[in-house]
Amino acid sequence: MGRAQPSGEKAVSARDDILARIRARRPEGDFPLPTLPQFPGVMGDLLEVFTTNLAVMGGQCVHLPAGEPLGPFLRARLGRGRLIRSSTDELPEFSRTDDVASPGGLKDVHTGIVRARFGVAETGSVFLSDRELRVNTIAYLAQHLVVLLDPAAIIPGIADAYLRDDFTSANYVSLMTGPSATADIEGVLIRGAQGVRSLTVVFA
Amino acid sequence: MSASAGDKSKPVDHAGAAAAFVADTPHLAFHDRRLWELRQKRDGQMHVLPEWQALRSLASAIKEHTLSRLADYLEQFEAQVTARGVTVHWARDAEEHNAIVLRIMRDHKAKTIAKSKSMLTEECEMVPYLARHGITTTETDLGERIQQLDGEAPSHIVVPSVHKLREDVARVFARTIGGDPNNADPHALAEHARVTTRPLMLDADIGMTGANFLVAETGAVVVCTNEGNADLSANLPKVHIVSAGIEKLVPRQADLGVFVRLLSRSALGSPITQYTSHFRGPRVGAEMHIILVDNGRSQRLGEDDFWTSLKCIRCGACMNTCPVYRRSGGLSYGAVYSGPIGAIINPSYDPVRYSTLPFASTLNGSCTNVCPVKINIHDQLYKWRRVIAERGLLPKNKSLSLRIAGHVLASPRLYRLATGAARLAVRYLPRALLYSKLNSWGRDREVPAAPQESFAAWAARNRPAKKP
Repeated sequence: MGRAQPSGEKAVSARDDILARIRARRPEGDFPLPTLPQFPGVMGDLLEVFTTNLAVMGGQCVHLPAGEPLGPFLRARLGRGRLIRSSTDELPEFSRTDDVASPGGLKDVHTGIVRARFGVAETGSVFLSDRELRVNTIAYLAQHLVVLLDPAAIIPGIADAYLRDDFTSANYVSLMTGPSATADIEGVLIRGAQGVRSLTVVFA
Repeated sequence: MSASAGDKSKPVDHAGAAAAFVADTPHLAFHDRRLWELRQKRDGQMHVLPEWQALRSLASAIKEHTLSRLADYLEQFEAQVTARGVTVHWARDAEEHNAIVLRIMRDHKAKTIAKSKSMLTEECEMVPYLARHGITTTETDLGERIQQLDGEAPSHIVVPSVHKLREDVARVFARTIGGDPNNADPHALAEHARVTTRPLMLDADIGMTGANFLVAETGAVVVCTNEGNADLSANLPKVHIVSAGIEKLVPRQADLGVFVRLLSRSALGSPITQYTSHFRGPRVGAEMHIILVDNGRSQRLGEDDFWTSLKCIRCGACMNTCPVYRRSGGLSYGAVYSGPIGAIINPSYDPVRYSTLPFASTLNGSCTNVCPVKINIHDQLYKWRRVIAERGLLPKNKSLSLRIAGHVLASPRLYRLATGAARLAVRYLPRALLYSKLNSWGRDREVPAAPQESFAAWAARNRPAKKP
């Protein structure tokens, strides 16, 4: 880029200085970059493994009953009189996430609804990027988060996830695994630290 | 801040500070138990993965490779992120880093920062620097927040307030952000922190995070956290500043499949952090800055015996397993990085001040065994001791006794004389004399009973020399 370096007033820019120092002190020897092997990985039914592992991380899974439409199912589950915002076009009955002027505008949301691109059985994680979230803060400012996930979109492991090009499709991607949590006071586990207090995956 | 307090020209009195920590039984007992619990949870995760040792070897090899071509990977990373509108800054040292942050703040007429955990900003003493320029920084990680409110440095790189009991936290909160000093329920305390910190994040002019990994291939900044505070700090304000050490690079996105699987399992014994977030560019209408900081790293890269400490991914496993760390507390190291990894990192910043830290170890090697990137920590502890001795930085009593021991051990005749005298001394000297100040080994231990005769005398009697 053409912009001046922040330390441009000095004779040598900090950038060039640091890179030159690193090159001058390069460790001697041959350190080849290893090829990454494929490990056997997760065994068994991916949906079951995902559910078990998400529970370990404090998240829960719910199955949409066969034949029941998603909107009314969620409306009944989430109750009335609560501020619910959805980031997915498949649920026009809820107000939209991106209908706010700034990311902080979502601070009073009770429950956010998003659709994950895929899930990871090994850890019970869901893939959410700025495309799915629309406003990134919905996943953190809402008190509760409902994540829609197609059971067919569960992949075995974290290593498999990082072989996909989904990570380069967005400026922001998070692998979310359960609700926000802390154990910073005497190791006591608390769900709902600064982000959502609960995370529910709905298989739909 | 205790890490920066005190006379910087004098060596840290680790043993003295540890003695004070050990004297406080309830705190010591909890600290020891909590960190050992993290070590055991880490072991549990290790046993779930048959490929654990293979992952450690891969992680080590990937990091060594990256460090051997670090300049190339930094350039690749820079090209990737600048192409998507991120501004990259380079800082030779802490001073330059802090000046860059201040300049960004002034460019935006900004007064407040919401910040997630970053050991690098501790290293740069950024928060006090910005405070002197009228800028308020709010630590948003719960443990960091507790430490900030108490005016203390973090005592552990992953669990910053692990040396505090719930009653301590209740007292700190009551004194600083209100609340009942007698209600020490962790749930109530965490809720209080949540409702008082959220508005500060919502109002912050600028958000700051550290970085766990920087991916050269894709330009991703990877931040691994549990509380959701880092993602809020990055996603709420219009400007996101990332502070990252130049050693955080990994070459390929696929390498994250190794490191993300190891990091939280090694740190907290959980399969993954609640949030593993990847930032590759600013949000629409927002700005993103990355400050790449050297601050002594390029220097260490050229040190044959110590450069592999740059592989560290800051999981804290070596601290959790270390019997000295668990029983002395992180603050006793008087440094930003404590525990075994701190004891090998800090001396390269200041060999005089941190000359005592490589001795805060039994050299049992447990740190090396748990390290997810296979740093030979206990070998480096030993090598630092040699460097410190060679530079004449040992305390007087230690250098004198080692010099005498060197003479005695080099001469069979002196050795026989000395051991004979020691046997008699242990048997006949009065306790007051035997456990005097000179015998630091016997300060907390009984000297073992002396045998009747030396091994050499026994062997001469029972194993008559064979004819050749």
